[in-house]
Amino acid sequence: MTTHAGHHAATGADPGAWLLPLVVVLVTAGIYLVGTRRWQRRRGRAWDPWRTASWIAGAVAIALALSPLTDSPTARAHMVQHLLLGMLAPVGLVLGAPVTLLLGVLRPDAARVVTAVLRTPAFHLLSHPVTAAVLNVGGMFVLYLTPLYALSTESTAVHHLVHAHFLIAGYLFAWAIAGPDPAPRRPGMATRVVVLITAGAAHAYLAKLLYARAGELPPGTDYAVADMQAAAQWMYYGGDVVDVMLAVALFATWLRRRSRSRENLGVGSAVVGTPRT
Amino acid sequence: MTGERVDPATRGRSVNTRSAWGGVLIGLGLVASIDEIVLHQLLRWHHFYDKSTSEMGLISDGLLHAATVVAMVAGFFVLIDVRRAGSLVPRQAWAGLLLGMGAFQLWDGTINHKLLGLHEIRYGVDLLPYDLTWLVFAVILLGAGALLLWRRPAASRPS
Repeated sequence: MTTHAGHHAATGADPGAWLLPLVVVLVTAGIYLVGTRRWQRRRGRAWDPWRTASWIAGAVAIALALSPLTDSPTARAHMVQHLLLGMLAPVGLVLGAPVTLLLGVLRPDAARVVTAVLRTPAFHLLSHPVTAAVLNVGGMFVLYLTPLYALSTESTAVHHLVHAHFLIAGYLFAWAIAGPDPAPRRPGMATRVVVLITAGAAHAYLAKLLYARAGELPPGTDYAVADMQAAAQWMYYGGDVVDVMLAVALFATWLRRRSRSRENLGVGSAVVGTPRT
Repeated sequence: MTGERVDPATRGRSVNTRSAWGGVLIGLGLVASIDEIVLHQLLRWHHFYDKSTSEMGLISDGLLHAATVVAMVAGFFVLIDVRRAGSLVPRQAWAGLLLGMGAFQLWDGTINHKLLGLHEIRYGVDLLPYDLTWLVFAVILLGAGALLLWRRPAASRPS
């Protein structure tokens, strides 16, 4: 297995280790770009380039997490992977509004299937901010406070499962809090703000706990104390960055909705905003 | 901040205090961030986790931190929204900023430091000058904010 084979790849020793990340970027970004071309042909107007940029940034974040750059058996390297996969990549992908794009390019009958799935009670439960927050931040508590982490450093399968969970739970959370995609029955601003703050607090708490008990946590590991402390600090401030990004995305949708309803009412028409599509 | 059409009715002692509330949110977040960055990180007076005198201390600290970060973002968006509605009152927003900063300082200096004993400003030194500085600073900020908010604006000053 190549998981820990590329310590020296950052110096260019193992170009083969870059194959997987490269494929990830090309496939993820490629499918999306094909979609935007189809969108443009169908709708006669361009797909928002910010969304494209955001999606590609998400794909690059995944690739970096899988690349030799973060492949080192230190707590810091793991934390960088965690930040990239669980926080930055999901935010980028969610802000790319892939479901909106999908619905815009599918044939009507296929689009109906997608919206039917979005309307199922199971999806509603799974994508509720509280569920998503528990899966996302709760998953981190389980990982760092139980022997699961030690297991993930020994078993390649567990290692990849943990990474997959990071990405999917992070995506669900970002979607639930600030997703631009349509989600039937998405809870209102108050719920989402409260969940964002609570989840941010829980994340900050866990980071401080890891810092304070750097010698003993995660159970079963023997990272140097300074290494674990640095990792915990990165976790803490990385969490802040993502909190800010999600808050900005959340309030931006709020602002857009307010501006739109104001335009409909004909109030404040002297000040022309730039409505985004 | 020029070029805004401010309804004269909403200027001064106004019914519309949303500019002030936007400022308050930013002020709360700003002063908490300054506290966090300057005192925790740069001066290391109270450290990254020194507040963890108890489990509750850590948790409440996390909540406060997350809330202030979100409050700052929310404040900016409230101001953008007020501006788009054409009813931004910069004086109110600045007043709100000062009030928010002062309120946080006062709360931090009395409730956090003294009542709950979450953490002290500094360890191993005489705390009185620090506590007094905190409170005086808080009162000055609150006073300046209140003065700016409730003083009648000069009658025919262009915005």
